[in-house]
Amino acid sequence: MTVLQLNSFRAGPDEHGHFGIYGGRFVAETLMPLILELEKAYGQAKIDPEFQKEMDRYLTHYVGRPSPLYFAERLTAYCGGAKIYLKREELNHTGAHKVNNVLGQILLARRTGKKRIIAETGAGMHGVATATLCARFGLECIVYMGSVDVERQKANVFRMNMLGAKVVPVESGSKTLKDAMNEALRDWVTNVESTYYCIGTIAGPHPYPMMVRDFQSIIGRETREQMLAAEGRLPDSLIACIGGGSNAMGLFHPFLDERQIEIFGVEAAGRGLDSGMHAASIAGGRPGVLHGNRTYLLMNADGQINEAHSISAGLDYPGIGPEHAWLGDVGRVTFLSATDDEALDAFQLLSRLEGIIPALEPAHAIAKVLDLAPQRPKDHLMVVNLSGRGDKDLATVAHHLESKAR
Amino acid sequence: MTTRIDRRFAALKDEGRAALVTFTMAGDPDYHCALAILKALPQAGADVIELGMPFTDPMADGPAIQAAGLRALHAGQNMEKTLGLVREFRAGDAATPLVLMGYYNPIYIYGVERFLADAKSAGVDGLIVVDLPPEEDAELCLPALKAGLNFIRLATPTTDDKRLPVVLKNTSGFVYYVSITGITGAAAPDTSKVAEAVKRIKRHTELPVCVGFGVRTAEHARAIAQGADGIVVGSALVEAVRKSLGADGRHTPATVAAVADLVRTLAAGVRGARHSAVRAARARNP
Repeated sequence: MTVLQLNSFRAGPDEHGHFGIYGGRFVAETLMPLILELEKAYGQAKIDPEFQKEMDRYLTHYVGRPSPLYFAERLTAYCGGAKIYLKREELNHTGAHKVNNVLGQILLARRTGKKRIIAETGAGMHGVATATLCARFGLECIVYMGSVDVERQKANVFRMNMLGAKVVPVESGSKTLKDAMNEALRDWVTNVESTYYCIGTIAGPHPYPMMVRDFQSIIGRETREQMLAAEGRLPDSLIACIGGGSNAMGLFHPFLDERQIEIFGVEAAGRGLDSGMHAASIAGGRPGVLHGNRTYLLMNADGQINEAHSISAGLDYPGIGPEHAWLGDVGRVTFLSATDDEALDAFQLLSRLEGIIPALEPAHAIAKVLDLAPQRPKDHLMVVNLSGRGDKDLATVAHHLESKAR
Repeated sequence: MTTRIDRRFAALKDEGRAALVTFTMAGDPDYHCALAILKALPQAGADVIELGMPFTDPMADGPAIQAAGLRALHAGQNMEKTLGLVREFRAGDAATPLVLMGYYNPIYIYGVERFLADAKSAGVDGLIVVDLPPEEDAELCLPALKAGLNFIRLATPTTDDKRLPVVLKNTSGFVYYVSITGITGAAAPDTSKVAEAVKRIKRHTELPVCVGFGVRTAEHARAIAQGADGIVVGSALVEAVRKSLGADGRHTPATVAAVADLVRTLAAGVRGARHSAVRAARARNP
């Protein structure tokens, strides 16, 4: 697809929350007044220096930012091409990029006087981040999690419980992230006056995709400064895994208008794009409406949503953030996909080469680095978002390696 | 332009009573049984029929309607079959208004223009689409009105006086007042609060106001029907379907009767409200 001649790729969304035809506010009337109120509250907070100051203080002293931009020397040597840098989001407090967004939303919830926080979670990293900040600020926290994910991410369930959150296993539908989001929306509709819904990714009704992107963009802004300091110039390529796509958008957004920079999003191809068992909504889906926004979705010919499949609970979602859908259509971001097996191999490789055990989610991005980096010259600067650490996945990986060995 | 919905509410107004609006799911538990249920509804006392378009991810529905949708989908229901149900129903009943209710994605994927044309020709009178607030009117509401279909909007306890005009602007047929902040089939609404809310909405519109979410018994129906132009019952009816199914999950000879019997009881409740209201009026103006 040809890249449209736009003045900027960073201007969206419009006042109705649209990125091209994507995004919007497809929610029940009960929620509409709340969403309009949230948009207003966020608009005010965004330009309030006090809010920014408070954010910065917690980002520095509680989250531990800035996260390092680390030159992965042995991975670079292994690939024999591009110079590979890892943006170390896994070193944040709670072990992933999720906390950047949750901090912003919880501070916003406090401004609007909400004391009950709900969240959906897939791998549990967003749930853990939400439980953590609710503990820090003394807020009630309820996390909806598909019962399949509760089973495969037990350690995170325990962490959330330890932090005082209530984890509600969701038994409806495919019992994964999409159903957790349905259940969180049902809770919100029911407890609309008391409750703030802390969405974990750049999806959902406007203003969430924009707001979560803004909170996550610190990843790209830091990368920019750090790369200038390390190499005296901007990177040549960016790569990140995509479920809903918040870690990817956080890295990409500040660089979208530097058109010489190649940008790659990596979806989960599960057992292969042809198997029907995957979570690659751009590669295998088409535009539809779910969870408050129009975006690429996995569905059947009748518009019924299909179950996604990925070894990684965090990518196991049949949709993608609307801004990614638009950036894909206009040709600014190239979408690739990595299978379960490729991610498992990359998981082990990075552990052994760099002493960094990645989460299965960014292992999908690393898998594509192994394809892309060798094809690039040695002076090519490639940044991978290492969006989370792999502790939560050890049991899953062990299980898969054992069943493969058999 | 008067529609079948307008005519039905006008007739009920002359009768001095509220409407019983029933919700059942298209294709639940299977196509033929769902058709038999539809055909039995008017005779059992349903004044307006809402027919659910099943969807995998109904974010405003409780467990009962979620399960009804999944039963229908597992039995092979899709949009074409739902419109087929309407067509077959309409062949035998030209008077009872029928409203399709559901979520936007299956309509969007079917194609908005094609959907409106096919729905109109099948005999659909109106649409209720839960995830299309007024902010998204350009998607379906405006084309539907242009195609001659009513677009029935939900008003909720969170829709305040400032927002009501926005919600009512392109609403036609009737207003569906969601009696609680919550999902379908949840806790029973507080009848006095509901009466107040209906009065509040009526200050903004001439349209009939029907009340739904959480109405399940004849007593309930009677109490709410005193102050509203109609009551909507859904979860209780799809639960009646579920309870009538065999161990294999298929319909039994009791399924249609189970729904019709409940509708009859509810209709008696709604009609009872008229008598008590009329009695009260007579007592005031002898």
